[in-house]
Amino acid sequence: MKDLAVGLAMGLGAIGPGIGIGLLVAQGLSAIGRNPEASSKIQTNMILGMAFTEAIAIYALVVALILKFV
Amino acid sequence: MASLHISISAEPIATIAGLHITNSILASLIVTILLILFFVAAGASLKNTGKPSRFQSLVEFIVETFRNMVRSIVESDRKVALFTPIIMAFFFFIIANNWFGLLPGVGSIGFNEPVERAVEATAEGTIVEAGTLIQPEQVFIPYLRAGTADLNTTLALAIISVLLTQIYGVSFQKLGYFTKFINFSSPINFFVGLLEMILEAAKIMSFAFRLFGNIFAGEVLLAVMTFLIPLVVPMPFYGLEIFVGFIQALVFSMLSLVFFNMATIGHGEEH
Repeated sequence: MKDLAVGLAMGLGAIGPGIGIGLLVAQGLSAIGRNPEASSKIQTNMILGMAFTEAIAIYALVVALILKFV
Repeated sequence: MASLHISISAEPIATIAGLHITNSILASLIVTILLILFFVAAGASLKNTGKPSRFQSLVEFIVETFRNMVRSIVESDRKVALFTPIIMAFFFFIIANNWFGLLPGVGSIGFNEPVERAVEATAEGTIVEAGTLIQPEQVFIPYLRAGTADLNTTLALAIISVLLTQIYGVSFQKLGYFTKFINFSSPINFFVGLLEMILEAAKIMSFAFRLFGNIFAGEVLLAVMTFLIPLVVPMPFYGLEIFVGFIQALVFSMLSLVFFNMATIGHGEEH
């Protein structure tokens, strides 16, 4: 039962950030496509935004790891 | 079949005067000493001869890259001089710790320590025949563990970063900095101030858990992969972890920089 909780925590927690990172990269790439000169600036900001989004998945991961190993 | 053992916290390997020295403390001390040696050597190599050595060129390239990165965000020479050293310190400490955890031997060389068998295991009523030896359960404890794979290290880094944000805010805006938190000009601003206060505490959490989660998850991933198929298959994941280690170091230092910069410009000056 605990393993189920671990799996659910990680699986459900990864849905949102997955969609979010997908949107971020899609928009970032289309922005680079429109304006290739600004690609370095866009890339930096995109990676920053991805880090923020990814953090939510990481919270789920930390919860899952704590459930599993503590 | 040996079972996979993963510990979420760093294990103490020695005790000096009541202070537990954990394996991640040891690793981060080694990393710190190596970094200090590197930068002392870098400082000593700086000579204005007109023909810089390869090492000097490398160091100048690194420092120049960081200065340009900071300048592209803060756009003020005073702040560039103020922020670059601390941002570089964050970056190199984190990246060196992340990559140190990937070295062969870190996490795999250690000793076995007997632990008391858990109470539930014996409470099941197993009948021990006379003459059999009850072997104490052995737990493997590595001598070294990546410093950033310990929540204490990342929490310390996060607290340093958030405290520095407040210090820079006060030193640049004087007492006006606190109008961000305590503002009676309108009920909405008062409520926003409360939210800002919560945000500062949430920043510590998010800094600490982002770094810890990424690096620890990487260690778990590598351990599980090595456990399943020990040859060849874990290699691409090492590549991934090198990349993640770099990205997380970059993200930590860039976010710190952005927060420092936001604290130094007041609300009113932005537009």
